[in-house]
Amino acid sequence: MGLLDYFRAPSGARKGSASVAKERLQILVAHDRAARDRPSYLPRLQQEILAVIRKYVEIDNDAVSVHYEQEDKYEILELNIVLPEADARS
Amino acid sequence: MARTIVITSGKGGVGKTTTAAAMAMGLAQRGHRTVVIDFDVGLRNLDLIMGCERRVVYDFANVINGEANLNQALIRDKRCEHLFILPASQTRDKDALTQEGVGQVLEELRKTYDYIVCDSPAGIEHGALMAMYFADDAVVVTNPEVSSVRDSDRMLGILSSKSRRALENDEPIREFLLLSRYSPERVASGEMLGVEDVQEILALNLLSVIPESKAVLNASNAGTPVILDVESDAGQAYSDMVARYLGEERPMRFLEMERKGLFSRFFRG
Ligand SMILES: Nc1ncnc2c1ncn2[C@@H]1O[C@H](COP(=O)(O)OP(=O)(O)OP(=O)(O)O)[C@@H](O)[C@H]1O
Ligand SMILES: [Mg+2]
Repeated sequence: MGLLDYFRAPSGARKGSASVAKERLQILVAHDRAARDRPSYLPRLQQEILAVIRKYVEIDNDAVSVHYEQEDKYEILELNIVLPEADARS
Repeated sequence: MARTIVITSGKGGVGKTTTAAAMAMGLAQRGHRTVVIDFDVGLRNLDLIMGCERRVVYDFANVINGEANLNQALIRDKRCEHLFILPASQTRDKDALTQEGVGQVLEELRKTYDYIVCDSPAGIEHGALMAMYFADDAVVVTNPEVSSVRDSDRMLGILSSKSRRALENDEPIREFLLLSRYSPERVASGEMLGVEDVQEILALNLLSVIPESKAVLNASNAGTPVILDVESDAGQAYSDMVARYLGEERPMRFLEMERKGLFSRFFRG
């Protein structure tokens, strides 16, 4: 770092890798926290629903999504299944 | 009322044992009867940091298995009469610490001691769970670095779901943050997460910021808890930690770069 750079760089400027670290952490931690409160059977539930539907319709791995939410006394399990377009089915 | 304090982190090597030794010594120096327990089965280290490794005869697992009583296993610190160390077993299998056995030993200690400091092993396996299970207070040791902060957050989740207090719907564990291995220079240059960044994510009561310090290695070489090195930055930061834990208000120190003289400013790097 040259002498001029030293004068130019305002002390405390946050332009190094730390700001990237912080952004990544905020996303990661939010994700971890959401996963923490979810029942541990959700991934298997998702797999089994996928398998059942596949007995009848050919669908992609990501065609079934499961959302879980907790609001005070209610637990909300939201299933979203995307079926292929009609003409894709035989 | 005795308080059981777990020093935990999730991630390894962040400074738990350094902190457990310093905090236990700090509490004892203030006249509180204190015992510090090594929960790191198979990787006993606390006795080395405390400088009492040659006086270990019996260990935590011996007591749980009824092969020794507590008084035989506890080692009295030579520098401070209020401080005792209960070493971990070096050879036994990881399941040496049963929940029932740990509970009984802690119950027994609570009758005599004011503070029981539990040095947790890294990870979220059995040993770490046992160290935090009976805790009243938790000190989460974190380095300003992504994986450490993330693991600390996961540990907080475990404290609030798997501890005795959580499972029995008792008052929740009091959680504190100890930010360690902090380099104000690297924070200022934007290479390291700052104390506010970490606080924004973890939102915990901050006990102290321990700077990255040569004094820590020197202290561990000598077998002296770094808090006894009263001239050192880390020693002073740990003294502040103990004071704040006990409810004293102290301004945070060691957050700013050391002021360099004009000469060294112009001629660095
Ligand atoms: N503030 C500090 N400054 C410099 N070095 C430090 C500091 N704190 C800890 N260390 C060093 O980091 C290493 C790990 O410290 P320590 O054993 O206390 O961590 P730990 O969390 O107990 O590790 P483990 O997870 O293996 O039990 C040691 O070599 C120690 O000297
Ligand atoms: Mg350790």
